[in-house]
Amino acid sequence: MSDDPFFTVAVAMFAGAIRVSTPFLFVSLGECLTEKSGRINLGLEGTLVFGAMSAYAISYLSGSPWLGVAAAGCSGAVFGALHGFICKLPKVNDIAIGIALMLFGSGLAFFFGKSFIQPTAPRLSAIDFGFLTSNPQMKVALQINPLFFVGLVAALALWWALRNTRFGLVVRMTGDSAATARAMGTSVDLVRFLATTIGGFSAGIGGAFLSLYYPGSWNEGLSSGQGLMAVALVIFSRWNPIACVAAALLFGAAGALGPALQSVGISQGYHFFNAAPHILTLAIMIASTSPKRSLKGAPGELSITK
Amino acid sequence: MSETTTSLEAGGGVGGLTVDRLAGLLRAAEAIVIPIGAVVVSAAIFSLFLLALGKSPVTFFDLLWRGGYGSAFSWQNTLVRTAPLIFTALCVAVPARLGLVIIGGEGALVLGGFAAAVVALPLLGHAPPWVVMPAMFLAAMLAGSVWIAIVGALRHHRGVNETIASLLMFYIAVAILNFFVEGALRSPVDPNKPSTTPIGPTNMVGEIPGLGVHWGLAFGVVLAILCHVLMTRTTFGFAARVAGGNVRAARAQGLPVGRLIVISCALAGASAGIAGYFEVAAILGKANASLAAGYGFTGILVSFLARHNPLAIPPVAVLFGGLAAAGGLIQRRMGLPDATVQVLQGLIFVVILISETLYGRFAIFDREAKR
Repeated sequence: MSDDPFFTVAVAMFAGAIRVSTPFLFVSLGECLTEKSGRINLGLEGTLVFGAMSAYAISYLSGSPWLGVAAAGCSGAVFGALHGFICKLPKVNDIAIGIALMLFGSGLAFFFGKSFIQPTAPRLSAIDFGFLTSNPQMKVALQINPLFFVGLVAALALWWALRNTRFGLVVRMTGDSAATARAMGTSVDLVRFLATTIGGFSAGIGGAFLSLYYPGSWNEGLSSGQGLMAVALVIFSRWNPIACVAAALLFGAAGALGPALQSVGISQGYHFFNAAPHILTLAIMIASTSPKRSLKGAPGELSITK
Repeated sequence: MSETTTSLEAGGGVGGLTVDRLAGLLRAAEAIVIPIGAVVVSAAIFSLFLLALGKSPVTFFDLLWRGGYGSAFSWQNTLVRTAPLIFTALCVAVPARLGLVIIGGEGALVLGGFAAAVVALPLLGHAPPWVVMPAMFLAAMLAGSVWIAIVGALRHHRGVNETIASLLMFYIAVAILNFFVEGALRSPVDPNKPSTTPIGPTNMVGEIPGLGVHWGLAFGVVLAILCHVLMTRTTFGFAARVAGGNVRAARAQGLPVGRLIVISCALAGASAGIAGYFEVAAILGKANASLAAGYGFTGILVSFLARHNPLAIPPVAVLFGGLAAAGGLIQRRMGLPDATVQVLQGLIFVVILISETLYGRFAIFDREAKR
């Protein structure tokens, strides 16, 4: 049974779905909150890369990977705050600022990360659920990083909070109509600033997962647009955090396709399999958007869906 | 300021026309002064950054000057990097007039260069250069224009966000290039770096006499001027600007918004594809992974700094060409990582966008306040 290549690929994709999806999940949850408040942050790609670098560097210097995760979150929050602050200035375009911060964030990450490419930092350890199965391949697949569960809990919490709390109501109101929010005495800029900052924090943690668990090292080619794909993923999920989890798992499985096929000896066209998440994102965007009607659940103030 | 003062005196009593011209001049002055101020501010912040790292900003800017503009050799280096930046910046600037933010010019560049190299393959050794060169050029233009036109068509027909789509298509373009260059089209000539078969010295683009820079530079300047004429002096440009200003108004006027979007994107992609052609036919001599050298991404910054004005793109491209040319020298002499240039570019980009908020804030540029 375990020699069956289909089974091998399926298990590898299942394992990959969990492993590769975690950064997608964190970035998309952060972006979901930001977009719910009416702003879009395309700079999360840069935040992700900088988060990955700072997590690796702090883990190496301090010896504690969880301190690295915290550092990644905080540096992400700084980038988010920067985006949130700049966007509140009049006549400044949030999409353009996002592109600028994408380039700036990766530039800074490559600058400071140069000296951390060689050394090996302590990584996050996984929780072993291998006792659930006797199959050796499944045993490997069931080593799951705790951050994945943190992401699941965060998704549930965000879903619940957006629906049921005062905080969620204020964020949704700000995202749907800035004029209403102002009339209610809510500071639109403050809400969006906080939403973008928290979004950046989440994206930074996604970066920490990249460098501290999977692929588990720091180099300049670590992220290939995951941060930007996560933005598309939020649109596909219709701004629903629970749907973000499902979408992230789907993207994770797509991302695991290339390595999974290579492990059974199919390397023909692996460039395309490695580009599978990009192709999938584009296909999903084509299939799920429409120029005629506005998307269900879309925040009214969001520039990207107008 | 003396020039504007005289025109104010001359036009003071004459009436609307001269005052309007004055207002135009002041607006132009504002569009020059604010970006220059933003670059100066970025340089100041970057100096603080260097000081905090214990490096000397004076040395940095001295090396930047020497590596980019200090000698004939460094000018040559700078201008070779300027040429692709002009093309990729035009790839951003033309759709920007329609309100589209295209950031995947790098993908069109990569595919353009690849198409040029592929078209040359069956012709090598059989056809003279005057057949091979135009064929390569057209193939690059076509590949680039189709690539970005797809983005425009998706935007118009499916409502797909063009910024994200164009960047995703960059990754797909690189996958296409690597798939063929490391596979079916890999030449046995160079065992170290997977590449297509070299196009040979006779099919290479020559240098502009006396400058030591390939003809791509002259081509880029001409194309920038053509884009300016297209956007300001033709009905197409007028329609595009109307649609960029207000899509509903454009539709109400019966303007073919979809066609305008797709054509603009095709023009933009053609420009980036030409950048790919010159990289292959004047620099690399073959297509390989070196095509994705980042010109497409720096081009975004060039276009934003030029405020999407085609005429301002060549001078701004010279600035960033110099920065790229001096990068190696700065890296070696100051012991800074190669990403230093990228940090400075990113910083300039952020500050430039922040400076957008300053337009209309200074009374000195305001016609009403002057009167």
